[in-house]
Amino acid sequence: MSTPQEISSEIAESEDTFPLIQLQQVSRNDRDTVLLNEIDLSIYPGQRIALTGPSGSGKTLLLRSLAMLDPIQAGQVLWQGETVQPVDYPRYRSQVIYLHQRPALVEATVEENLQLPFTMQVHQDKAFDQARIVAMLELLGRDETFLAKQQRELSGGESQLIALLRVLQLDPAVLLLDEPTAALDQATSMHVEALIDNWYSQNSSQRSIVWVSHNEEQTERVSNTFLSMNNGQLTGDQHG
Amino acid sequence: MGDYVEIEYWQVALAALLILINGAISIALQLRMEKTLLIASVRTVVQLLLVGLVLDSVFDPELWFLVFPLAAIMTLIAGITAARRNQRSYVGITLDTVLSVWASAWLVTGFAMLAVMQGADSWHQPQYLIPILGMVLGNTLNGITVGLNTFTETLVTRRDHIESLLAIGATRFEASRDSRQHAIRTGMIPIINSMMIVGIVSLPGMMTGQIVSGMEPMQAVKYQIVIMFLIASATALGTVLVVHFSFLRIFNRRHQFLNNALTKKL
Repeated sequence: MSTPQEISSEIAESEDTFPLIQLQQVSRNDRDTVLLNEIDLSIYPGQRIALTGPSGSGKTLLLRSLAMLDPIQAGQVLWQGETVQPVDYPRYRSQVIYLHQRPALVEATVEENLQLPFTMQVHQDKAFDQARIVAMLELLGRDETFLAKQQRELSGGESQLIALLRVLQLDPAVLLLDEPTAALDQATSMHVEALIDNWYSQNSSQRSIVWVSHNEEQTERVSNTFLSMNNGQLTGDQHG
Repeated sequence: MGDYVEIEYWQVALAALLILINGAISIALQLRMEKTLLIASVRTVVQLLLVGLVLDSVFDPELWFLVFPLAAIMTLIAGITAARRNQRSYVGITLDTVLSVWASAWLVTGFAMLAVMQGADSWHQPQYLIPILGMVLGNTLNGITVGLNTFTETLVTRRDHIESLLAIGATRFEASRDSRQHAIRTGMIPIINSMMIVGIVSLPGMMTGQIVSGMEPMQAVKYQIVIMFLIASATALGTVLVVHFSFLRIFNRRHQFLNNALTKKL
């Protein structure tokens, strides 16, 4: 068994592996305040990155920059070595999905919420796979009847689970998780970790995860690369 | 022209006494609206007397060229007012409301003058053009204000929802579709409501005005029907335009939601 650090080094150093995403000197400001300071970061297929750091250090903003959800003031984001044209942002975001800290569901059943992405232009070539969803629900300790539940009947934690399922079924290349278990109890957190691990293992050479967490034990369990942020700057075990 | 009772200034003053009732209510219930009420009443008198003077000169056939500057000023003021009444603001809001009011009101009024009012002396006869434009502007202004206000408020309250959609690959059009539809529908509610109850609950001002000045009721009714349709279409057009203009400023071409672009007015 390799240690997490060794795995990430192997991935980063292997010559035939090309980074999926590269942030080059990415900066974000809000007037005079520097939010992200000249960030360089490469994300390779297979990497599972834990991102830690104090509140307000820029972790969420870094994930959002990776998903290209906000304008940046300097630097660039490359996808497989190339800049992304404005018209291709939705397609990019179908490959690099950011799971919001407070994901919002529509007022409908769980199943309708899970089907929502397939009404979008960018996911037209995919179809809702109920059997797969049911299998995922079982990993979370829920059965098929959960699909008929109304959004308003769900607890905050349950909404978070559905939002996670909605994202996993789309099989992005890079999954950006912003404290996905913060609102969950210990048992459900473990279910979520198992579900994500299961999803990752289905195609571990092609999938990457960036996981923001405040829980040290969790970061040890779920990642093979460790990064931390402070004052908008990236520190730690960084490659690329 | 039919016959009507001429109103003198002392009779206007008599009607102004009614405002004292509002003032009394305000004082009794401590609503602290006396000052606002006074300003509103004075503005009503001054603005209408001024417009009376302006109309007197614009209606002079030799001064026909004054019609367009007057129409432009009316439109500009309507557009600026629509932007000011919004609870949230963003860079370019006034340009958006002015353009929306201008395009919708002038298109519809132009259609009315060229196609509907064919019996007029000319297509820019001020006797018809100015009142029609005024009514269209007043109502479009409301639709635009309500629509834009609803749109910006909805964007703020549904921010998490919109961002969740963008994050899984929705285009800016897909992510904002519900909010845009909701805003346009809400902007249309007042005019739809008046179309529903007109004649049953309310007798519109223009129609009653024409009847008071001696026009046959059926003629006045036909005018009113035309006006209602003009107002409805201008409101729809203006609301759709303003919501889409602001959409283009709050969502950029990279399909990013510029939440910080919206600032709350104090």
